[in-house]
This record gives sequence, C-alpha cells and structure tokens, in this order.
Amino acid sequence: MFKIIERKSIVPNLHLLVVHAPDVVETIQPGQFVIIHCGEGSERIPLTAADWDREEGTLSIVFMEVGTSTGKLAMLQPGDEIPTVVGPLGVPIEIEKFGVVVCIGGCFGLGSIFPVVRALKEKGNEVITMLEGRSKNLLYWEEKLSKYSDKVIKLTRDGSYGYKGHVKKGSELLRELGIKPDRVIANGCTTLSYLASRDYAHFDVPVIVTLNTIMIDGTGMCGVCRCTVDGKMKFACVDGPSFDGRLVDWEELAARRKQYISEEAFLVHHSGCGGF
Amino acid sequence: MPKQADFIRKRNFKEVALGYSAEDAIEEAGRCLDCKKPFCVDGCPVEIDIPGFIRAIAEEDFALAIKILKEKNCLPAVCGRVCPQEEQCEIKCILEKKGAPIAIGRLERFAAEWESQQDSIEMPVIDDKTGKKVAVIGSGPAGITVAGDLILQGHDVTMYEALHEPGGVLTYGIPEFRLPASVVTREIEYLQKLGVKLICNFVVGKTRSLKKILDEYDAVFVGTGAGLPWFMNIPGENLNGVYSANEYLTRVNLMRGFQYPKTYTPVVRHKKVAVVGGGNVAMDCARTALRLGAEEAVIVYRRSETELPAREEEYENADEEGVKFSFLTLPEKLYGDKNGWLKEIECSKMELGEPDASGRRRPIRIDGSEFRMKMDACIVAIGNSPNPIIPQTTPELAVSKWGTIEVDEESFKTTIDRVWAGGDIVSGAATVILAMGAGRKAARSMHEYLSSLT
Ligand SMILES: Cc1cc2nc3c(=O)[nH]c(=O)nc-3n(C[C@H](O)[C@H](O)[C@H](O)COP(=O)(O)OP(=O)(O)OC[C@H]3O[C@@H](n4cnc5c(N)ncnc54)[C@H](O)[C@@H]3O)c2cc1C
Ligand code: SF4
Ligand code: FES
Repeated sequence: MFKIIERKSIVPNLHLLVVHAPDVVETIQPGQFVIIHCGEGSERIPLTAADWDREEGTLSIVFMEVGTSTGKLAMLQPGDEIPTVVGPLGVPIEIEKFGVVVCIGGCFGLGSIFPVVRALKEKGNEVITMLEGRSKNLLYWEEKLSKYSDKVIKLTRDGSYGYKGHVKKGSELLRELGIKPDRVIANGCTTLSYLASRDYAHFDVPVIVTLNTIMIDGTGMCGVCRCTVDGKMKFACVDGPSFDGRLVDWEELAARRKQYISEEAFLVHHSGCGGF
Repeated sequence: MPKQADFIRKRNFKEVALGYSAEDAIEEAGRCLDCKKPFCVDGCPVEIDIPGFIRAIAEEDFALAIKILKEKNCLPAVCGRVCPQEEQCEIKCILEKKGAPIAIGRLERFAAEWESQQDSIEMPVIDDKTGKKVAVIGSGPAGITVAGDLILQGHDVTMYEALHEPGGVLTYGIPEFRLPASVVTREIEYLQKLGVKLICNFVVGKTRSLKKILDEYDAVFVGTGAGLPWFMNIPGENLNGVYSANEYLTRVNLMRGFQYPKTYTPVVRHKKVAVVGGGNVAMDCARTALRLGAEEAVIVYRRSETELPAREEEYENADEEGVKFSFLTLPEKLYGDKNGWLKEIECSKMELGEPDASGRRRPIRIDGSEFRMKMDACIVAIGNSPNPIIPQTTPELAVSKWGTIEVDEESFKTTIDRVWAGGDIVSGAATVILAMGAGRKAARSMHEYLSSLT
C-alpha cells in the first residue's frame, strides 16, 4: 500500500498528489513515469513524475481530472492508501550539457517539466522556461521553476499574464531576442506537444516531447501505447515516453488517444487545451 | 466431460468445462490399465506418476491422488485445465491406439477441484530453514514453480511481480471461461501460506536493478515471460480497433473489462471482429469477442485447418460457439474511416507449397486473389518477443538475437553468476507446463548451489 501524504487542487482541474513510494523514488530520473491503480475496477493511469524527495521517500505528481479514474484520484485525502504506484517506468529523458535549452510546460506539464528543468540547470545549461496556459489562473509553480531557470517566459492565450499567445508566440520571442536554442523540450497535453514540435522545428534542433499515450501494463507487454516515430513502430512505455516530436506521426497519435472517449464518457474540462 | 451448452456459454464468462462428478471420475479412472511401462509418464514434462494418481482416484482415495500429483506438479488445477494433454500424456496412453485414451487432464482437474472443496488442505512438511535468500522475478508458472520448490526446501523466497496481480499469463492472458481467476488466486495463496513473500507493483530493472537485487539475495530466478507483441507490419495497424491479443485479453481479464461499466477499464464492444493467428491465444480472443457481444468473430489464419496450432479441444469449443474460420487467408492492409477507426481488412488467399524448416507447408500468396472483409476490430494474435525490461537494463546478461535470455540447457543458469532463468523469457512463447518444467530444473540447480554455501 502507498500512503497519500497530500492531495490538493492547484488550479482548476489540476491536482497535486504527493505519495509515499520510497522504492520508486530511489532510482527515478527526469522524464520517467509511474502507473497508479486505485484497486479492482479502476484503470491503470500513467503519470509523469513532477518532483520527488529521496530522503522522505515521496513522489509528487500533477494530474488532470479527466475521467472516472482520475476523478477517483482527485478524491484522495492525506492518510488514504492506494494499492499501486509502480515505477519508475520509461526511459529517462536525455540530460546533457546542451547549451541553451528551452523548456515548455503547459497544463500538467508545468509540473512534469520541473525535474527536467532542475536537472538541466544542474548540468550547467542555460535554461529558458516557458509557462503556457489559457489564462493566468491556470499557471502554477512559477516560483519553483524560476529557481532553476535563467529566464522565465509566461504565455497566456487571453493575455491575462505575460505575453498573449500560444507556444508559437514563445518561438517568435526567442527570435526577437536573438536566442537560438540547442534543444527544445515540451511537456503537456498532446496539443501542446504537437504545436511545440511544429512551431520550433525551424530552429533545426531536437524538440523532445513526452507522449501521453494510453497505457495498461507499462512494461512493453500489451502494445496499446504504440506510436509511429520516424516511420517505425515504437512502444511509448519502454522506448519512450520521450521522443523527438519532429518525427512523431501526430495525426495517428491524436486518433489513438481518442480511442476510448466515447466509451469513457470523458468529463469536459476547462483548461482549454482540448483535453487529450 | 460435461460442458456448458454452447448457446449459453458463448454469452457468459463462466468456465466452459463443468468438470467430472466423483462417479464420472471413478469410472474414467477405472478404465486405466495401470500399465507396467506407463508411456503416459514419458509424455509428461514434469513426470507425474500418472497411473499412481489415477489408481488412487479409482480407489476413491482422492486425498492420495492429489498428494501424488503435487509431488511433481504444484499447479494441478491449472495444468488439468490448460495443458495440451492430447500431445503430451494422452497421446502416449496405450489406449490412444484404440481411439479412447484415458482423460488424464480431466482427472487431474477433478483431483485438484476435490481438494479445493475440502475444509482444510494438507500442508506439506517444510525442510529446516537454511537461512538462504532467493528472489523470484515474475509470478507466472515458471516463477511459481521455483518459489514452490525452494520454499519447501527451507529457503527464504520473495517473489516480485510488475503487475498489480500475480499469476502472469494465467491471470492477464488466459480467459476466465477457460481458467477462472479464483483457481490462480487459490494457488498463489497456497504459496503464501507456505511462506513465500509476494511483492507486486515492483518492476525489477526499473524499480530496482537486477544487480542490486543480487546484492540482497543469494540466488535470483528470472521468469519474466513474454512481452512486446508482434504486429504484422502492414499499413493501417495503428488504427483504432486494432489490438494485440495481449491488450485485448488484459483489458478483459486483468482489468476485468468484462464487467464494464461496473469497472472503469473500457472495452469497446465491437460487432465484427477478425482475429489474426491460429493458436490458443487467437481462439481465446475470438471466444472473448463473442462473449462481449460481437455478432461475428472470424479467425484469419494463413495456413490450413491441418496446421492450426491451437489445441484441438479449444478449436472445437470455438467452432461450437460459432467462431468462424477463414483459413489460407493473409491480411495485407487495414482501412479506416476518417476518425481513424478500422473499417475494412484487405486479404489475399494463400495456397500451401513445400514444407518449410518447421516441417509445415509454407503458405504462398495467390496473386490477384485480394478481397475485403468489413470489420470493426482486428486482434493480432501472432505471438510476441520476450519481455525486454531485464535484458534492456542488465547489459551483462547474454541474450539471443530473438531477445531470449541464454541459459545452460540443464541447469538454466544465465551468464551472470547466481542468476537463473526459465519459462517464456528463455524459450520464447511456449506452454504453462514447459515453463513449469524449466522452473523445476532451475530450482534443482539453485538448491544445489544454495546447499553448497556454508
Ligand atoms: C492467451 C494465452 C493463452 C494461452 N493458453 C495456453 C494453454 O492453453 N496452455 C498452455 O500450456 N499455455 C498457454 N499459453 C502459454 C502460457 O501461458 C505461457 O507459456 C506461460 O504462462 C509462460 O510462463 P512464464 O512463467 O514463463 O511467464 P508469464 O506467465 O508470462 O509470467 C511472467 C510474469 O513476470 C512479470 N514480469 C515481467 N517482467 C518483470 C519485471 N521486470 N519485474 C517483475 N515482474 C516482471 C510479468 O508481469 C508476468 O506476470 C497461453 C498464453 C496466452 C497469452
Ligand atoms: S498409458 Fe494410459 S492406460 Fe497406461 S497407465 Fe498411462 S493412462 Fe493408464
Ligand atoms: S503500456 Fe502496454 S506495452 Fe506499453
């Protein structure tokens, strides 16, 4: 059993979950994920790590409430116990001294990009972090991210905070400032990852995105997480989940993401990204 | 053996075979000739004393029957149901020549069921504690066998499982109507009663490296089974409605999708389902699809009926339930609608040519024979590669070009000191009993090694 230390709503529809999972955090690296399962009758949900504390043995996750299973997670209270937090799964994201790295986070990705930002900074990169959201009230962890960033750019679609626009605005700003990134990393919903791959491709550097495919086992056994990267079939849970977004077949990915939408009576959510 | 009637069972997930009554079992056992040289035993990969347990049933000493079975086989309730007896023990039975071999599997199943209905089961004697610690990775039949054997020999056994439930393929793959989950649960609980520690939700190689596990234990057994399902490499395979057999069965079995919407793991209720492949796994998928309400489930197999690798019994069951068969058919392209859902499968007809390396006649595509089937689901059941996680995260471990772990044929030792491996991870997809046979041999070698330590 894994004990819940904290669970709170941080912005509309997004929750922070802190769970005691010492074995998982012992070896976890940025870009890896866990699968959470709330017991018989629930789904197995893959969620990327947003932070951890090895000494305390705790793992933090930011998740979006989208369906019945994440709805269950959103009701957890400190002291509750859940039967399954398994991981760390997936291949860690590549952390090297690249030079200038632009990290883009939106939605739950503002959480999951944090370990990446921290690790990149600690490796000596110049880190430019972009926070993306529909509106000011959907941005969070600005302070936490700023601590490990050389520059922070806020982007809101309604212009209520920082610059007005989506991730494309960020790439225009970089150009105006004369900054040429050596690598771009984007975390968030499929729409954000897709847009980043498209709008930052002209920099001609890898645009690493974390794919949020449907998963079941997370160990390469079922194949539901398959996607096409560079014309080849990849299993996101064991080959990824991070890939160069420029090589991903986005149309297929988006269609596969929606497989169970009519089945699962998806709750409409309001973070405005399209919800998948 | 009595079965649920086909028109009833094809709509429910309850076990198809109803099992022998005591009278049936005694009568069937009474037919056994108790041969001096029992060929049946030669056919059994774990060398059960077959005439011995059958004699006990004939003499109505069911407790003795189960005791004899358990001397060689720690999972009789499972093997009695899913072993291919018709190509192992029963085919060797002297009465086979007369066309009616003893129903060894059914008798095995009977004895195991009898035991499960007793108020208390007899616990075996456990040898004195040796103080030696063993880690078993994977809780499928191979791992279960190793754990069962070594705990009885007094070693301390911890079994690690990646999923949230133990049992391997027995739990996530083989459907409820062939092997009820309760049977597997019972066997696992028995192991736990013997003292085996079970840790689920733990992926060795990820949560902790094999190397680190090796620091904590005296010996390690790797029985991580199958992984990475194969696809056909044809256009359209990533359309929605196209599944690997593992995904389809896992949704239904492990995640209890058959109870949806009572459970939350969705299973789409498809109307017309094609299943590609011809093994037990393909039969399981087609029969599951019918039970989920499909109007039509068709097995698409590129060779002919004669080459069908599935067990005869399962083929028969599938046929009775209304599964259709399209033999000598090769899918070549999948077409979808504008939302990315499968709509049609284009296939070619095949003919059989000369025998290939496996001795089976090679299917050859007939040019110009293309035709299309309207289908809203396609389940690909053509096999899988071994589970990649331990090899991927343990570079020192020697693996073959197919990704199976290399071991010494007799001892099942790997190239890493103090690490043994067996089951599908070594042999590639095989059977429950072969995985158990491998586990048995590995356990023997592990015990030898552990006993040599002071
Ligand atoms: C649908 C289906 C039907 C079948 N029908 C039959 C039949 O009728 N008769 C028959 O004899 N055989 C049948 N088989 C084949 C048989 O089930 C397998 O050969 C057998 O289960 C192999 O056993 P195993 O112990 O090697 O591996 P598995 O049963 O595959 O178990 C391996 C276990 O290890 C776990 N694991 C993997 N990696 C890790 C890790 N890194 N850390 C921790 N745990 C890990 C897995 O989650 C799994 O639970 C069938 C198979 C399928 C899929
Ligand atoms: S070969 Fe057949 S008849 Fe002879 S002992 Fe075995 S089961 Fe009985
Ligand atoms: S989640 Fe099953 S193979 Fe990736």
